[in-house]
Amino acid sequence: MRYAMAIDTKKCVGCADCVVACQTENMVPIGYCRDWIVEVTDGTYPQLEIEIRSERCNHCDNSPCVRCCPTGASHYVEGGIVKVTQHKCIGCGACIASCPYDARYSHPDGYVDKCTFCDHRIKLGEQPACVAVCPTKCMYFGDLDDPNSEVSKVLKKRKYKSLIPEAGTRPHVFYLI
Amino acid sequence: MAHKRRDFIKISSLSAAGLLFGAHQLRSARPDFNKTPFSNMRPVGSVRTSTYCEVCFWKCAGWVYKDQEGNIKKIVGNDDDTNCNGRLCPRGTGGVGMYYDQDRLKTPLIRVAGADGQQTFREASWDEALDVVAKGLAKIKQEHGAECTALLTHGSGGHYFGTLLKAFGSGNIAAPSYAQCRGPREVAFIATYGEGLNSPEPTDIRDTRCLVLIGSHLGENMHNGQVQEMSDAIDKGATIITVDPRFSTAASKSKFWLPIKPATDLALLLSWIHLIIENNWYDEEYVEKYTYGFEQLKQHVKSYTPEWAYGITTIKPDVIRETAREMANAAPSVIVHPGRHVTWYGDDTQRLRAVAILNALLGSWGRRGGFFVPEKAEVPDYPHPPFPKPARTWRDAMDGKFRLADLALANGVCEATIPSVRMDCHIKGWIVNGTNLIMTLPDKQKTLEAIKSLDLLVVVDTMPMEITGYADVVLPECTYLERWDDLRIVQGRVPNVALRMPATDPLYDTKPAYWIAKKLAGKMGLGDYFAWENFEDSLDWQLKQIGSSLDEMKRIGVKNLPREYGPLYFQDGEDKEFYTNTGKIELYSTAFAEEGFDPLPVYTPHQEPPAGYYRLNYGRAPMHTFSRTANNPNLTDLMDENVVWVNPKVAKEWGLTAGQEVYLQNQDGVVSDFPIKVRITERIRFDSVYMVHGFGHNHKQLSRAHGRGASDSQLITRVLVDPIMGGTGMRGNFVTFRFEKESEVES
Repeated sequence: MRYAMAIDTKKCVGCADCVVACQTENMVPIGYCRDWIVEVTDGTYPQLEIEIRSERCNHCDNSPCVRCCPTGASHYVEGGIVKVTQHKCIGCGACIASCPYDARYSHPDGYVDKCTFCDHRIKLGEQPACVAVCPTKCMYFGDLDDPNSEVSKVLKKRKYKSLIPEAGTRPHVFYLI
Repeated sequence: MAHKRRDFIKISSLSAAGLLFGAHQLRSARPDFNKTPFSNMRPVGSVRTSTYCEVCFWKCAGWVYKDQEGNIKKIVGNDDDTNCNGRLCPRGTGGVGMYYDQDRLKTPLIRVAGADGQQTFREASWDEALDVVAKGLAKIKQEHGAECTALLTHGSGGHYFGTLLKAFGSGNIAAPSYAQCRGPREVAFIATYGEGLNSPEPTDIRDTRCLVLIGSHLGENMHNGQVQEMSDAIDKGATIITVDPRFSTAASKSKFWLPIKPATDLALLLSWIHLIIENNWYDEEYVEKYTYGFEQLKQHVKSYTPEWAYGITTIKPDVIRETAREMANAAPSVIVHPGRHVTWYGDDTQRLRAVAILNALLGSWGRRGGFFVPEKAEVPDYPHPPFPKPARTWRDAMDGKFRLADLALANGVCEATIPSVRMDCHIKGWIVNGTNLIMTLPDKQKTLEAIKSLDLLVVVDTMPMEITGYADVVLPECTYLERWDDLRIVQGRVPNVALRMPATDPLYDTKPAYWIAKKLAGKMGLGDYFAWENFEDSLDWQLKQIGSSLDEMKRIGVKNLPREYGPLYFQDGEDKEFYTNTGKIELYSTAFAEEGFDPLPVYTPHQEPPAGYYRLNYGRAPMHTFSRTANNPNLTDLMDENVVWVNPKVAKEWGLTAGQEVYLQNQDGVVSDFPIKVRITERIRFDSVYMVHGFGHNHKQLSRAHGRGASDSQLITRVLVDPIMGGTGMRGNFVTFRFEKESEVES
């Protein structure tokens, strides 16, 4: 079992529905977010390209955040999901500094918070909230170990990349290009 | 209610008192976004209630979930709903913010003048406020006639207040979604096909092979079903052709982006028509069987070569040819999209006629991957007495102009309100529901002039929008999450109905629009028009007429019904009669000829910006709807101000830096109330600037929206009126940059 997400930059319109759906699903306070939109424009008028990406925690195989956590609050759970145990977190912020993707934030209640791949939903057989809401259906989620999962199939078919591979974190959010 | 001068009243002046008044009605532990993090809320419960969204006009159906304490937590799309397929857009998902917005209107307000002449709002009970409205309307009826009242509306409440006004004896019922938005498109398609497009548009995008967008920025305008289908079409390898001076999100998904010189779209369309006819790329069988006026059209477009169009549009002839061929190759599975907000240059009906003609030549109307044949559920109205015929309407103020307008013009109502010598009746009373006319109508001065002439202005809204400051009576409506409403009955591939029911009791002293209208009707002796005891009984009655019931709808939210009038597409060789004079698709419009308008679209050049000025283009952001969401806590968290897009060359010329705040001044010397931040981007042409509509609110009670960004509406003072249907063209305005607010030289 290895959960992963693939996001189709050819379809994403950057509407930020994933952001607000995550906020209402996971009770993320207004002013904070677990996922966000990045838009990169290349070229000069009229030879232009835009890449739009919905970004979040990459649930890396080799997570600097888990390694550097002094209390063990940051940890892996089944399927490679990186989670934070709230009551073990002392809010020191080491993980925030170590994450190359800037995927973590300090929750006003005093712990560090981030994307969980909506593991509470996965357990019920549902998709993560961002995937389920996306109007363009540009996100694919599933088990990489299962060749028939949506995410395995789309990664077999399409060209893709991951973010900052040189950091050596072995991320598990992929961008279809 | 006649005040000599109608001063703008800031509702903020009573906000403290207003809060006190509402506070006792707050249930305990109501989250306040400024203080209590969401995380204090308990997990979501399993109870869900059906709704359909009111954040925009797409009206997606969904489910409202609450936590175990009964607090609304999230809204999720209904899987059975063909408008959203279980996926709401960011505004629908963020609809919770409309409910929790602490700046909401909380209690009825009545305008009063103090001893010092200072006008203020006084809090009132519903009974008192509605008495003032009923008496004000009765006085207008007595002095001027009932027909001297009007309803301006955008939203679900329109039906109830419309019923009230029609029963009262007025036919002046207008929505800005017509003459400020899609009106020209409807008239153009009615002239061509004998029917308009309506909403949601019957574009078969999911099965198209070629989608042509002309200034339409799908993906930034989150017309949910269409954005979803555009994504499906991308998956299936469809070609997208986007015509836009701005590199829109849709342009970035397109095989062809045509960075057209603004205001020249009609030249491109005529050139495409020319190519498709000259090269015999049109659908001969379809044109032969279904259309009228092909020979006239052929003659008409002879001179509109791509080389001619190049000089006007700056689009290279080979690109015009290649895109025309691309469309023809995909035909009939091609959509030259009619767009939605199409009131641009005043010849918009003719531009949309060219769009309609192009679709007809390609044979896409009524074909898979083109335009499907929509159906709509037929649900009878709850029984009521017949309406009296109004003595006059807004049309009588128009001197016979705009006879082809099939719906009332909001600007027409506005004009009919402003006194002039030629009219014996002016509109004296407005009910305004769910539309912030100050930011919706162009030419704010004219709107204010009309408002000054009123004896009574009643505003029904959920938020203290700018328009409320001019009201005599403000009636606070509860949000869509707290009320029953009419069944949603819209067209689509299958007819269906959707239910909106309250997820929770209304916060504060707010009421549903149906309740307000019924109470008013009671006070005005028109109670028979609202004969139901409880509103939900009327829904149950309606639902039983179509073989459902309120109980069933509470469980399922959306009921899809079988099609009744045949298949989704025309059948091969099928005989068709269209509702036009000739019974054919009119390439040559006999109706336009009769009215003295060009029966075939003619290109006319539009004014260009003077030196140092840039055409003001505006559009949508996916997380906002008009100006109505600018204070929604969830949605402002995603985007809390607009910025002005400026090409790097222009920025260099003016010495602008990214993020710098500038004021914009238009050709008439109007300067934006607030500064706006500069976004330097290659995505915009050098001859225009761009901003998202709906920001720059000047009402302080909108605590998150006040002073954030600039208002495009304020800068739209030059209105190019469409002579055919009265649409208000808004893209003929030019702006320049100012670094200080105070104007040194008034132009």
